[in-house]
Amino acid sequence: MEKKIEQKLDKVLKGPAFERRIRIRNFKDHFARYSISFGGISVIAAVLLIMFFLVYVVAPLFTSATVEKFSTFKTPGSAQDETLYYGIDEYKDSAVRFTQSGQLLGFSLKDGRVSNEQELPLNGEEITSFSLVDEAKNILAFGLSDGALLIAQYGYEVTYPNDVKTITPKIKYPFGEEPLELGSSAIEKLALRLNDESLVVAYQETQSSQISVKSFTVEASFLDDSLMLSEEGEATFEQQVDVEYLLLDGSMRNLYLVSKEGVADYYDLSDIESPELIQHVQFLSEGDAISTIRFLLGDYSLMIGSEQGVVYQWFPVRNKDNVFQLEKIREFKVSDNPVTMIAIEHARKGFATIDQAGQFDLFHSTSERHLDSFEVDKKGLSFVAIMPRANGVLLETKSGQLINYNVENEYADVSFKSLWGKVWYEGYEEPNYIWQSSSASSDFEPKMSMMPLTFGTIKAAIYSMLFAVPIAILAAVYTAFFMDAKTRQWIKPSVELIEALPTVILGFLAGLWLAPMMEANLSGFFAILIVVPIGILLFGFSWSKLPKSIRLLVPEGKRTLLMIPVVFLLGYFAMSMDKPLENTFFNGDMRHWLTYSAGIDFDQRNAMVIGFAMGFALIPTIFSVAEDAIYNVPRYLINGSLALGASSWQTMVGVVLPTASPGIFSAIMLGFGRGVGETMIVLMASGNTPLMELNIFEGMRTLSANLAVEMAEAEVYSSHYRVLFLSGLALFVFTFFFNTLAEIVRERMRRKYSSL
Amino acid sequence: MKSWMNKGEHWIWFSASAVSVSVVLVFGLLAMIAYKGLLHFWPHNVYDYQVMHSNGQIEQVIGELHDTKLKLVEDASNIEIVHEVPEYLIKTGNRDIYGIDFKWINSRDIDETQVKLADGITVVERYQWGNVYGHLESLKVNGEVIATGEAVKEVLQDLAEQGTALHEEILHIEKVVIGGINYQIERLRLEQKKLEAEGEYDAQTEAEFEAKRTAFNQEFVEHQTAIQQLYDQANSLGEVTLGIAGGQKITVKIKQVVRFWQPNNMSLIAKVGFFFGSIGNFLTEDPREANTEGGVFPAIVGTVTMVLLMTILVTPMGVLAAIYMSEYAKDGPVLRLVRISINNLAGVPSIVFGIFGLGFFVYILGGSIDDLFYGYAAPSPVFGTPGLLWASLTMALLTLPVVIVSTQEGLSRIPRSLREGGLALGATKFETIMRIVLPMATPAIMTGLILAIARAAGEVAPLMLVGVVKLAPTLPVDFNAPFIHLENKFMHLGFHIYDVGFQSPNVEASQPLVYATSLLLVVIIVSLNLGAIMIRNRLRERYKSLGN
Repeated sequence: MEKKIEQKLDKVLKGPAFERRIRIRNFKDHFARYSISFGGISVIAAVLLIMFFLVYVVAPLFTSATVEKFSTFKTPGSAQDETLYYGIDEYKDSAVRFTQSGQLLGFSLKDGRVSNEQELPLNGEEITSFSLVDEAKNILAFGLSDGALLIAQYGYEVTYPNDVKTITPKIKYPFGEEPLELGSSAIEKLALRLNDESLVVAYQETQSSQISVKSFTVEASFLDDSLMLSEEGEATFEQQVDVEYLLLDGSMRNLYLVSKEGVADYYDLSDIESPELIQHVQFLSEGDAISTIRFLLGDYSLMIGSEQGVVYQWFPVRNKDNVFQLEKIREFKVSDNPVTMIAIEHARKGFATIDQAGQFDLFHSTSERHLDSFEVDKKGLSFVAIMPRANGVLLETKSGQLINYNVENEYADVSFKSLWGKVWYEGYEEPNYIWQSSSASSDFEPKMSMMPLTFGTIKAAIYSMLFAVPIAILAAVYTAFFMDAKTRQWIKPSVELIEALPTVILGFLAGLWLAPMMEANLSGFFAILIVVPIGILLFGFSWSKLPKSIRLLVPEGKRTLLMIPVVFLLGYFAMSMDKPLENTFFNGDMRHWLTYSAGIDFDQRNAMVIGFAMGFALIPTIFSVAEDAIYNVPRYLINGSLALGASSWQTMVGVVLPTASPGIFSAIMLGFGRGVGETMIVLMASGNTPLMELNIFEGMRTLSANLAVEMAEAEVYSSHYRVLFLSGLALFVFTFFFNTLAEIVRERMRRKYSSL
Repeated sequence: MKSWMNKGEHWIWFSASAVSVSVVLVFGLLAMIAYKGLLHFWPHNVYDYQVMHSNGQIEQVIGELHDTKLKLVEDASNIEIVHEVPEYLIKTGNRDIYGIDFKWINSRDIDETQVKLADGITVVERYQWGNVYGHLESLKVNGEVIATGEAVKEVLQDLAEQGTALHEEILHIEKVVIGGINYQIERLRLEQKKLEAEGEYDAQTEAEFEAKRTAFNQEFVEHQTAIQQLYDQANSLGEVTLGIAGGQKITVKIKQVVRFWQPNNMSLIAKVGFFFGSIGNFLTEDPREANTEGGVFPAIVGTVTMVLLMTILVTPMGVLAAIYMSEYAKDGPVLRLVRISINNLAGVPSIVFGIFGLGFFVYILGGSIDDLFYGYAAPSPVFGTPGLLWASLTMALLTLPVVIVSTQEGLSRIPRSLREGGLALGATKFETIMRIVLPMATPAIMTGLILAIARAAGEVAPLMLVGVVKLAPTLPVDFNAPFIHLENKFMHLGFHIYDVGFQSPNVEASQPLVYATSLLLVVIIVSLNLGAIMIRNRLRERYKSLGN
């Protein structure tokens, strides 16, 4: 019998079957080890990937432009004939060259092959002046030697002969081929603006010291799509500067007369019949002279290139007396040689320059970035143009070559300074921090300063911490130290339950219930802040005066239960004091009083609402961690202190709090981290206006709410998209930093406790 | 008092009160949500107000009292002084006649003693244009008056039930049957596009496809006629005429009637029955009138589907990572760093996960999937647009730290002796983990999962970016293979609250519904959390005994 068992055991434990089983088990074990390790590491890696992904999306923002040569060929047409303008099509396929002699040359940008050649209908006259009317609509104006004006618009015709896409430049004359008679002698200087309703032109005839302005209304013809002009008003006035440049801005109201030395007269043309000189200003420092001047995109800012190699940006700014005055906004150092020409981008506030030594430079005005700089041709450059999508530049050398560059420069409009510093935006009175990422207008200057959002984030977090920290810490102190075990068992989970409440519900209540209620009972809410603490104090003191038999009914550990109705009643009492208070101090309504008598701005969804609502949401985070820290203070320290005769509160302050202070600190850090990242409450209850006001009665826009509002609409991989990711990264780094700090402090404390 | 304060007694009172304040706030909030949410389902009394206008005219306003507010009126002599006058918000319904559902009445204009319950008033809930408040006058079928006055109620009751049944039948055919056919036709179209792109769409397949398409169209037409018949039936149910405040009459087609009730004549029991009936409707009906009326059924389905999918994704990931970290990885500074990082990830704002989900999952992963497999569907994206899968993945990532941390905690609570016992008996490490350690850690894993589910169910901010919409045309799960549509957009209870509360054109009308939705969400989440707490407590008890 025994032998049989032994034999069986032998059979099971030895022999090939057993060996095989062991092998299989070992294999399984190894396999599991490697697959679990692999799986585990990949999950952890995936989690950490988040941070790298954010950096990966943000990084291109801070890269410089890359410029690569694409093609070089001989300048089409005669190189001696001076170029007036290069028009380039959107796809970088073909271009048109307008020359001084009135020639039009359409050519391919790949190889310079001339596809068509035309002459402007000059009727034997010569072009004496040229004005760029509208680069987006490709409208140009030419002043002629007989005092006439020719307005031309070019475009491109796409045809498919033999199934090959062919783009041929086309020119048309919106006001007819017949030049418009302006004066009797050659037009020396010309500035012209055109929109759907009107046309304004300013010009100077040769040998004349007078400047003339004329305005016309534009009407569409009934017969075809040509336009007709009818004169509306005109004026001629004596100039006071030796006019070298004549400029009319996009609003058709501001006319600038600029001399070679940089002296400018700024005229207001609001009334076309009587232009008004509103400013006489010197653009440059002594000894310098203007070498080129033009408008930036939007036809508002003047870009002035000087002989000393600097580009200055000036635009009119409204001053204290409500009068516009030209002001110097910023300057860009190009080189030590005169800037010979400035070209602008067609969709952003970027520009390119060439100087006398043949150097090419790429800038962006709002972000003040100098994106690239290199020497193209020692013999010098004669023309520069930026392609419509800012993805290339065309350079004409003095030696008769055309050089094409591919430019990759997507994120020129963002720089560290434009994100975090004050920027002087067009049309603003002073440099400021502004967030306004999009607009309907095409020549809009995006304002992407992170400051108002960061400010709003911190403002929201701080106001809510003001509410949350005292309550949470005091509650933690009591729950951990004074409360009896039985009450604690249900109090702690109840407070922690707040954390589970979806913030969308808190946000909804804050925005649609609390905010209107607070607006109606403002003084009641302020009364709570005063009445409740005083009431508690008085209640506590009178309780201590009660006979012992009553006092002992509620032991120290159950005072919370006693206080629940008391706090409720005090709150109710404070709210019911709203009416009498408002009638006594605030003429019937505090909110009305604030606006009309105190002059304080009031939004219904404001920082106070956020303070209450988000503060409420932060209570459990802070409470839970602080309570743990206090609860874990070793018992014998407390007993020692009590034995030495300290009262329980003295023990609390003298022994427990110092020991638990790192834990409390980390609780506050965690709360702050959570407050910074909270989205739904601020999205729904803060009003979402990017203000930079500390006023408790005004709203804010936080980084997180901004992400929720704008992320879905941001064009993928645009500057806006990447800046939004940057704010996400900022949130990530911020919370990660605070949480790590809290975690390290807590870790240290744990070790200290275990050694105590 | 001074010695009392010296002892620090007042601080103890303050701290005790701080706890009380938190407790009052929590339970006050929960009570308010519960009250306001449940109020939505209760049949409110309807009052009759005689409003005196400044020109001496008296206007009759009949409706439910919804809210009272104090309106500020500037003093005639000094604009810095204001007076507060109570105003009542009355839900008058009859939107098609009055233009709006709600009316503010100034308390100065009415004689409060004259306000009385509107006798015999009937409230009719319609599929369109909201409620009707009026007196039943007559009921016509095919142009013939069948009942007038008191008798209308009985007949209407009967017809309205028929109408509801027809409505449900039509809805079923439209959504499920015809929806299914449309889905098949769309699939056919995409398949054809795919074959065309691959150059395999020849005459034979074309004939096959054509045949299939004709079959589907045939079926479609058949159902269309069936529906038309049902519509005719519904139309022939007749119409009911009610007299409303102001002496006007309103005629409601019976097929438009969801249900009707006479709140002022209902007994308490009838009201309670109505109350539960409304809750049932709320949970099972589709939203109507731009989400401001009706139920939240699609939002419940969307939330549940998303959360379940997330659980399926997060469980293996979280458990695997936790087992690796606590059983296999070598302890050291690197592991500590990883542990801290994962802990911290739980504190990273949820919106950051949202932008990660949008940037990485939707645009990069989804975009590449589309390029690889769905090139034929271009330019309309399949996975390269926010949808259910990406939302679930984002939420899985968001809740991963919770699962990892709680699983790890569970694993670390298991006494070393048990593991050593297993190994001593000759089990391999893997066997010990699978047979001894993991089963014992199951409650901890469950706790983590429940907390993760609770968090995912309540989180809205990231979902707004990766797949939630205000009104999804189809449910993410239905009867069309493959039954769960990962690329579909879906509705979510939390987003529903945000959307209806803040984006709806008729804020007053939708507020009660938002409270009701909030209540539903709070109930779900609080019960999930209580479940987690209970499991955790039981778990602790268990290991207390094991530890000894």
